[in-house]
Amino acid sequence: MSKSEAISWYRIQEMFRFQAFHMYGIIGTAVVLGAIATYLIKKYNMKDYQGNPIIFTPKEMSVPRYIIGGTIFGLGWALTGACPGPMAVNLGYGYWAIAVAIGGALAGTYLYGAIKDKLPH
Amino acid sequence: MVILLFFGKSFGFSSNLRVICAACGAGKNVKFFDFDWRSQTWNLLFVVGAILGGWISSEFLTNGEAVQISQATIQDLQQIGVSAPGGLQPDEIFSMGALFSAKGFLIMLIGGLMIGFGSRYAGGCTSGHAISGLSNLQLPSLIAVIGFFIGGLIMTHLLLPFIL
Repeated sequence: MSKSEAISWYRIQEMFRFQAFHMYGIIGTAVVLGAIATYLIKKYNMKDYQGNPIIFTPKEMSVPRYIIGGTIFGLGWALTGACPGPMAVNLGYGYWAIAVAIGGALAGTYLYGAIKDKLPH
Repeated sequence: MVILLFFGKSFGFSSNLRVICAACGAGKNVKFFDFDWRSQTWNLLFVVGAILGGWISSEFLTNGEAVQISQATIQDLQQIGVSAPGGLQPDEIFSMGALFSAKGFLIMLIGGLMIGFGSRYAGGCTSGHAISGLSNLQLPSLIAVIGFFIGGLIMTHLLLPFIL
């Protein structure tokens, strides 16, 4: 992730300004490879290492939860230039400031758990 | 992702945040964290791997070059007070000086809060929705990714100029 610069705040800014293909290429490649793998696993009913069939749990259908939750996530993504995976990579890279964002993310997760029954899903 | 599926798991990064909350004992007060988090420790290996990967990359694989973003982005960012890249991350947000200023600290803290809250509310982040979900042609994931972009575009174009 760090070699592809997907952990860079600059790259995320560039993506949200639609000024380069870079991030779309990375995400697009991951989705295409993932889709091929998913298709093949389903087609040949592949098993995991314990011999259990690999099951894809469909995501529950709902609009408000994905739009509202997604929008809040997007606000944080563009502000810090990091989503949860790259946060960890940044920490390893030595950008210590990201530790505050990781603390914030843990607090945010906790907050969601605490008030989730009051939110529209 | 394929390896995780092979081991009977699914790929998604933000669920680790919930696991860590649960491991710290949040299940006592909040039902959402009252689950068998020990069964999810495999996922934490992914976090450890990501941190190690970042370290290996910065120690051994980097040549210290600035990230090559487009000229248009550099100009736009300079207008809102962010200097051209000298490395992977802007000093205005990621340097120690920024971290110990009220603004820099709040950017990280509030940004992190929104990421943690939003990803759990939407049921996934970039890896769970954009990569795993879209790979499996899930409509909810597409809606979530549209949400990611609504939020990202609002922040980038409307809010950041005032924040920075």
